[in-house]
Amino acid sequence: MPDLQPWQLERRYDVVVVGGGPAGLAAAVGAREQGAERVLIVDRESEPGGILQQCIHHGFGLHHFKEELTGPAYAQRYLERVLEHDVDIVTDAYVLDVDPTRRVSLLSGRHGRTEVDAGAVVLAMGARERTREAIRIPGTRPAGVMTAGFAQKLVNMAGYLPGRRVAILGSGDIGLIMARRLMLEGAEVVGVFELMPHANGLTRNVVQCLHDFDIPLHLSTTVVRIHGHDRVDKVSVAPVDEALRPRMAEAWEVPCDTLLVSIGLIPDNELARALGVRLDPVTTGPVVTSTMETSRDGVFACGNTVHIHDLVDWVSQESQLAGGGAGAFASGRRSSADNVRLVPGRNVRSCVPHTITTDREHTVFLRVTKSLAPCSLRLGEVYERPLRYVVPGEMVTLKVRPRFLQGFHGGNLHVDVVPREEAAA
Amino acid sequence: MRFDVAIVGAGVVGCAIARELTRYRLHVALIDRECEVGLGTSKANSGIIHGGHRAHEGSYKGATEWRGNQLWDELAQDLPFGYSRIGDLTVAFDDGDIEHLHMLLDQGRRRGVSGLELWEPERLQREEPNLSHDVKQALHAPTSGVVNPYEACFALAENAVRNGLTLLLEHTVSAIERRDDGFTVTTDRGVLDARFVVNAAGVHGDAVARMVGAEEAGLRFRKGEEYLLDKRLVGFVTRVVFPCPSPTSKGILVIPTYDGTLMVGPTATWSEATDLTTSAEGARAVFEGAQRLAPGISEGDCIAEFAGVRAVAADEDFAIGTTRVPGFVNVIGIQSPGLTAAPAIALDVVELLQGEGLGLEHDDGFVPGIDAPIRFAQLDAEEQARVVRGDPRFGRIACRCEIVTEGEVLHAIERGARTMDGIKFRTRAGMGRCQGGFCAWRCMRLLAETLDVEVSDVTKRGGASWITLPRLEVEHA
Repeated sequence: MPDLQPWQLERRYDVVVVGGGPAGLAAAVGAREQGAERVLIVDRESEPGGILQQCIHHGFGLHHFKEELTGPAYAQRYLERVLEHDVDIVTDAYVLDVDPTRRVSLLSGRHGRTEVDAGAVVLAMGARERTREAIRIPGTRPAGVMTAGFAQKLVNMAGYLPGRRVAILGSGDIGLIMARRLMLEGAEVVGVFELMPHANGLTRNVVQCLHDFDIPLHLSTTVVRIHGHDRVDKVSVAPVDEALRPRMAEAWEVPCDTLLVSIGLIPDNELARALGVRLDPVTTGPVVTSTMETSRDGVFACGNTVHIHDLVDWVSQESQLAGGGAGAFASGRRSSADNVRLVPGRNVRSCVPHTITTDREHTVFLRVTKSLAPCSLRLGEVYERPLRYVVPGEMVTLKVRPRFLQGFHGGNLHVDVVPREEAAA
Repeated sequence: MRFDVAIVGAGVVGCAIARELTRYRLHVALIDRECEVGLGTSKANSGIIHGGHRAHEGSYKGATEWRGNQLWDELAQDLPFGYSRIGDLTVAFDDGDIEHLHMLLDQGRRRGVSGLELWEPERLQREEPNLSHDVKQALHAPTSGVVNPYEACFALAENAVRNGLTLLLEHTVSAIERRDDGFTVTTDRGVLDARFVVNAAGVHGDAVARMVGAEEAGLRFRKGEEYLLDKRLVGFVTRVVFPCPSPTSKGILVIPTYDGTLMVGPTATWSEATDLTTSAEGARAVFEGAQRLAPGISEGDCIAEFAGVRAVAADEDFAIGTTRVPGFVNVIGIQSPGLTAAPAIALDVVELLQGEGLGLEHDDGFVPGIDAPIRFAQLDAEEQARVVRGDPRFGRIACRCEIVTEGEVLHAIERGARTMDGIKFRTRAGMGRCQGGFCAWRCMRLLAETLDVEVSDVTKRGGASWITLPRLEVEHA
């Protein structure tokens, strides 16, 4: 992947995309397709593709490309489209700041500390993993406690084994994928411990990564203590009560040399926060319009920076939209203003985007608070759709068509996911 | 190898003594079991330079707190480490507390501590709007400050080495024998002779004293848990905030560290010497205590936690002095305000050694300073641009949470970092909210490449704390 030469970097771009992961790549394509002439992607790694590059398992692209790809293959497909669209990319580079005039401060060994002006900016920085420290697991602080994503990087990118006898806290998708990966690498995975009464990852990952490898999944159980001086030598785990408090009298010890934590992702929003972008306290990502524009004019956001997705396919779709919005903005075109505010109602944790229009089709992504089956998704009084089941680990996607909102003239629209019989009543 | 002085223990006290001694024409050895200096009590504490008014009169602590406080300015001029006199506030919630404030005020004034002032709620809320509105009165001490204690240790040791110190890391002292003309110190990696021995062995202080038959201090161990909060809260509180001590607890503080991040703690519970565990009860106590002072602080903002152990002498005071073994000096039982007092203690120890017969001849070649490491994140845009033009390695970010460049990591390795913790405590790479998730691999690779070792040899902090493990041997039939 040839980096842009210093003399090739322009002083001004129509759209600058911060991050070259799946969100950033799709946004760049979207921007070009909506009329942006000069588009720049800034990526901090030496190759674009983001976290997909370390996701060497398959299962990507079923929705978007209608075939099953590995992470790097998915990234490559998108990267080719980006290159066809004549987009500039700087790698090994870091965006230090975006100011309200959309001046972007860059740092790179090749380009130095420099600035480019952007007609529109797309924030596509992705997410970071929650850590052991963030949830304050008591005990010692030995080597061998790491996030599942870091372990994935060690195994898949660098070829090193993070440990030989591994316990995993949290049943997020990365943890599940790593359970299988470490088994295949010859390590022993002694168990996956999940605080909640349900798995947090996709059902297919629970089946393919745990069940198929006889790895026990302990629900409503958490790690209550880490032991070991230099390196982990065991962890204490305990079941939790309904208020999620550990029942210490029933704790037991699990010998292991490694504890992977897979306890969720947090949108990476340092830049957005510094820029004064309004954030949603639930998703912790920016509040966005139907074109993925944030509260700052001409600043768009997409992908895990906005909310945590489970499938990259949706990231691509959402980001292409964000890039399109940025491209249109940079070209001086604005679509009709949003007139509907989506309000997460019963059993709905979050809705993205936060506002939509009544005159176009929109894809809305929901997360529910708790599992329900069968159930119904309701948009205020105007639309209802039956769902076979919902679980917090799987995002619900809803295409909102203009005809659903016929007779709705704007304002707050509550989104509820309720039991089927109640809905029928 | 024969030394004039061997110092056992390279914490802040051992490092400060070592540096003082290198002002003279002496052969000095500083010995520590860990792979880097300052990794014991000195690393894991509140990092406070106490105002000078706090420690009780009539104690060694009281005698060195204010003297030590004043010496830090000069140290900070000579050496690069995070240090700032941000001031502290002791806050009173009731009449008993207010009495305590007046006691501290009188004690400080008698010692000559400058600038002490009582603040009424109105002033307090103007200066620190995020503190509890239940505070009735506060004592402001502008003399108080914060320091990054590990950086102080690195700088003191690096400067001492530059002035001729022999630094023996990963050397565990197992025996000290008194001979006619000095001591033989046995370590797991060889034997050395020294005319004088200084015992600055922290939690191992009694064990080292016992080796040679010197007085012990009846050391017990008090553990303190501390919790670091997200950068989001930078500026939330701008001075160190102390509650008044209660009969059962010295209280939980809110500490704006040198780097701006808030730290809350410490707990104070009796423990084993090596118990560095944090606990659910500790976290609860710390956040309850901190919320009493500043109600806006939340557990959800926690990004890291740690525990440190202080060696506590039977009489709770520092145990500093010559012993019944001529030439063997104890500097043990150094708990709070030991960090504050360290520069004063170092001067006292030099005097004690002189009293024991150590000749002191000034070394004209003594250089008080070392080059300050580049802190990219603290430079302005123009300086950053200039640094990157000079060395493109400063254009590559290693740690994104704290904006640490690869150039800084490489410099840290050149200056002695050997482990992931060594890099972290020198550069802040890995100290931020992602706790190394992003930078750990980059730092591992830079360590391996620069030191010409395998990635699999890289450790968190020496010993067997490897980051990766070799694959299991598989027996083939």
